[in-house]
Amino acid sequence: MSTRRNDTTAAGMAFERPIKAIEAQLSELEAISQRTNLDISSEIEALRKRLSEAIETTYSDLTPWERVNVARHTERPVASDYIEKIIDEFVELFGDKVYGDDKAIVTGLARIEDTRFMLIAHRKGNTTKQRMAYNFGCAHPEGYRKALRKMRLAEKLKLPIVTLINTPGAYPGIGAEERGQAAAIAENILQMFSIRVPIVVIVIGEGGSGGALGIGVGDRVFMMEHSYYSVISPEGCAAILWKDGERTPDAAEALKLTAPDLARLKLIDGVIPEPLGGAHRAPLSAMAQVKKTILETLFELEAIPTERLLAERREKFRRTGEIPGRFPVIP
Amino acid sequence: MPPEFMSTRPTDPESGGKQKTSAEKAAEKRVEAERPIPGAPAGRELEREEEGVFGEADVTKEDLEAQLNPERRSRLRWKKKEMPGGLWLKCESCGQMIYRKELEEKGMVCPACDFHFTLPGRARVNMVMDEGSFQEEFTELTALDRLQFKDTVLYGEKVRRTVERTKQNEALILGTGTIDGRPVVLAVLDFSFMGGSMGEVVGEKISLACDLARTRREPLVIFTSSGGARMHEGMLSLMQMAKTSAALASLNEAGGFSICVLTNPTTGGVTASFASVCDITLAEPGALIGFAGPRVIATTLKVELPPGFQRAEFLLEKGQIDHIVRRKEMRTLLAQLIDFGARAWGGPKNRA
Ligand SMILES: [Zn+2]
Repeated sequence: MSTRRNDTTAAGMAFERPIKAIEAQLSELEAISQRTNLDISSEIEALRKRLSEAIETTYSDLTPWERVNVARHTERPVASDYIEKIIDEFVELFGDKVYGDDKAIVTGLARIEDTRFMLIAHRKGNTTKQRMAYNFGCAHPEGYRKALRKMRLAEKLKLPIVTLINTPGAYPGIGAEERGQAAAIAENILQMFSIRVPIVVIVIGEGGSGGALGIGVGDRVFMMEHSYYSVISPEGCAAILWKDGERTPDAAEALKLTAPDLARLKLIDGVIPEPLGGAHRAPLSAMAQVKKTILETLFELEAIPTERLLAERREKFRRTGEIPGRFPVIP
Repeated sequence: MPPEFMSTRPTDPESGGKQKTSAEKAAEKRVEAERPIPGAPAGRELEREEEGVFGEADVTKEDLEAQLNPERRSRLRWKKKEMPGGLWLKCESCGQMIYRKELEEKGMVCPACDFHFTLPGRARVNMVMDEGSFQEEFTELTALDRLQFKDTVLYGEKVRRTVERTKQNEALILGTGTIDGRPVVLAVLDFSFMGGSMGEVVGEKISLACDLARTRREPLVIFTSSGGARMHEGMLSLMQMAKTSAALASLNEAGGFSICVLTNPTTGGVTASFASVCDITLAEPGALIGFAGPRVIATTLKVELPPGFQRAEFLLEKGQIDHIVRRKEMRTLLAQLIDFGARAWGGPKNRA
């Protein structure tokens, strides 16, 4: 699974080849100018300009499938990066206290500046070893139950909740089915409509179907510019519809899974812009945007009285993406 | 009144889905052998021929081979009929060839192994509700192709054809009526309409069912059979999982009572939303119930699945469902449960 995913990512990032070529030339020139006395600053300057132009042209016109690959990029910031770089204080809380601790979801008490909250995040890791330990962000039922338990704690402590979504999907396995994968996700979705503190949801990479939605109900749902959110993976969709893996880019196109598409369908509340060339190119500034969104949104939500907050959360999902007036209303 | 179901032979609790791996192989071979069906089924991870759902099957060479070799059983998939009006059906659980008339007489329950075949939505309504009591609601709601989703045909065209074939507008039948005199709101997912998949209309109608139950102060009874979210509606379909749960949360808050009966098969986004979180979860014998489809799991993990994996009996043993109910006892049990739930909305208290 790991190798296949990595291969897919590499192949899917082929559109970056011209950018990569310029980047290589640039670093070579910079090395030369450092170890010699040659004045090549104007050449370097010209190359930098070419580079940013190449990035701009490429990234202003990504296909949905290319975006999926950016969302899956191995250098894209993941939960641990956010915890390390934008969260000032973090106490991890493990375990569902019933079955086990699922490492595919990290939960804990977090603080950014003066704002305290409960963090619930899919975890992918930065290295192959970590990725395997975290099961590539594919959670088991105990992961969803752990998330729910921590959300209950947040409710009791009157701490708002921030969830960071980044999963290819919930794990399809024998143990997962035995322990009620579907029921665990369903329970979370249902209960998140009754949690009496603000919930902010941000898709930071992959929003893989029910596995994403299992921590995806909130008062505001944002997606990063190059994340995706989909009912089924493009690969799975292509396999079912065309029985042909080659059609995966077509499936990505048909599914309308990009942040701008979903904003247009009014299924999300906003798109968080990424630095030019994607979050993997400038992780710190990408994460700074997320931090800004978290702080601003929590500030806004904490001013809303709890009853109204809950009613609006339900109404928002009850009418999500709906064409006004299409469906009858029972008061 | 529902048809009188004759009692069937004793149940073998182990019978639901043994030897699945060889069946998997057989099923996969079939898929290879068949040309792609225009408008492939919409279940998230279940593949199944829509037209074949209600057993338009017939004896084929493969079936005879399967009879000679019980290891080769079909899983979840009937052959499309090669002659009109197929007289014989193969049980997906035990592989027996069954005379169609006999199967129908027994309420689509396998006489050999008690496997409960998928029932078409209308047949389900007639079976469960008091005769003449069912008042259907919101029949006019129909799917829109908002993504202009195209595989071999446009989704909109596919919907049009399905509506024409099934003579109903969507996969969910919703209405009110009585079960042995007790008023209920009933929602039935019909597998013969695009694999019972949940798009905007199904999600909306489940939510409307919750709303109706809440405002009428009646119990909500749901029957599911579904491959999951309808991928032709993309994220609009995934979000129905949240929408239905929002409506269910409001019903719960108002003190409502809900019962869901999981029938064969129920998987994907339907299992992972409203179907799993009603107050009482029932299942029919042998029903395949899960998050991921068995084929997905088998191919992802490259392992043999344990016998009876994801069948109702397996889920009961793992503590995932409240009760398994045979079709002929369905009305009686539902009536019992409804009586026990009556106090939730101010029914009579126990007397000292
Ligand atoms: Zn049978």
